[in-house]
Amino acid sequence: MQTAPQLVLLFVVLSDFAVLGTTRLTTCIRALAFQGLLLAALPLMLASHFSTHVVLLGLGTLVVKAFVLPRFLTWAIREAAVRREVEPLIGYVPSLLLGVLALGLGFAMSARLPLPAGREALLVPVSLTTVIIGLLVLTTRRKALTQVVGYLMLENGIFLFGLTQAESVPFLLELGVLLDVFVAVFIMGIVVFHINREFDSLDSARLTELQD
Amino acid sequence: MTVSALAAVVVMLGIAPLLPGVAVRTKSLLTGRHGAPVLQLYHDLWKLLHKEPVYSTTTTWIFRAGPLLVLAALLLAAFLIPLDGRAAPLSFAGDLVAFAGLLALARFALVLAGLDTGSSFEGMGASREVTVAAFAEPALFLCFTGLVLATGSVSLSGMLGTPLGEMWPRAAPSLTLVGIGLFVLLLAENSRGPIDDPATHLELTMIHEVIVLDHSGPDLAVILYGSALKLGLFGALVVSVFAPRAGLSAPAAIAILALGLCIVAVAVGIVESVTARLRLVRVPQLLVGAGVFAAFGMILLLA
Repeated sequence: MQTAPQLVLLFVVLSDFAVLGTTRLTTCIRALAFQGLLLAALPLMLASHFSTHVVLLGLGTLVVKAFVLPRFLTWAIREAAVRREVEPLIGYVPSLLLGVLALGLGFAMSARLPLPAGREALLVPVSLTTVIIGLLVLTTRRKALTQVVGYLMLENGIFLFGLTQAESVPFLLELGVLLDVFVAVFIMGIVVFHINREFDSLDSARLTELQD
Repeated sequence: MTVSALAAVVVMLGIAPLLPGVAVRTKSLLTGRHGAPVLQLYHDLWKLLHKEPVYSTTTTWIFRAGPLLVLAALLLAAFLIPLDGRAAPLSFAGDLVAFAGLLALARFALVLAGLDTGSSFEGMGASREVTVAAFAEPALFLCFTGLVLATGSVSLSGMLGTPLGEMWPRAAPSLTLVGIGLFVLLLAENSRGPIDDPATHLELTMIHEVIVLDHSGPDLAVILYGSALKLGLFGALVVSVFAPRAGLSAPAAIAILALGLCIVAVAVGIVESVTARLRLVRVPQLLVGAGVFAAFGMILLLA
């Protein structure tokens, strides 16, 4: 049993829970950056042999997910002057419990999926868990910035799932996805900035007040 | 019942008062103070034992019975943990529930004695203590469930004894998670670290310390010793998870236990020095977090 990738995947789940359990946006973003770092290390650890494909994938992930996006989000919270997520739709303790449920669900579902053997066993359950928790954060938090963090976690989960096929998916496709995410977060950042300027708050529920 | 198991219990009873001293000393050193001697609690206990107890006229026999019940329950609990790394002096299927029950009994006696004084401060402390416990106990059982799943045994001796060492190479991540969960529980159950501040002297912020405000003399000595013993017992759980000692000779196993307990006490001191005390509303979140760690370990074992 390989233990290094396993350990990395464990830390991915722990960073999921860190995002679920913290009120401070900076801590959320740090957890996300840490997750990006872990995700960048994974392709290198899982690959049977080093190819330029794998190295570039790792490097691209490292730059985009561990440095550029967190830096950008940090800039956004400084601009918008928000520090904390106040009253999420589902409180912190229930959302931690839901996180455990998501973890159980991820493991239960991956046990039923017809997956090719010989892959890291934890990869699929952890990716499903990260997707579910990302969705949870995206839907139950009120601040637009936390929702962006949720979206990025969701994408991290999909990235993890993609790693099961890392050697058969064309490199260009992966870079395209990475670029899409980057652009999406960029646009979200601008939207967040404008929401904040328009409403003096990042509460996305206020968007219902929009009129022409 | 073997000699080594009994010897381990005796060692545990002997070094328990050392642990709070080690934690306090660590804290002092980290914050640049000299601090009280490591053996301070032994001196305190000796001094208190020679004092005359003072009882308020509003208290009843419940107040006097409290400390004795606390000590009795904790002593019995000490006999359930395999302190020498093999088997406990007392062991039966399901004794982990008895262990949790004895700890709950000790807490119940303490809380009742606090309420018996009729002081509103102690009532508040009692309510907080029970609130923390209500969140800590499910997490404790989740940790135990993780260990049961890892070893396939439902007694503390079976869980923390021989099979655990063999499980480490295969289930290292789960056992680490369970161990971390147990350490957080140690902080919560013993009113340490970010949950309570054992050094505070403001009744409004205390949890554990405030319940024992009215106890004096030998009663207070018994309660202080009980708290130290409880810290030792939880420490022994943590040490047993992280350092299975079944393969070692009995004296070596006991020596490693003593060393491990000191390391746990140092860790407690470090945690207390580097973290601010949590607001009371955040305490359940931390304890649920400990439960999440244990549940995560459990799910990993099931997968």
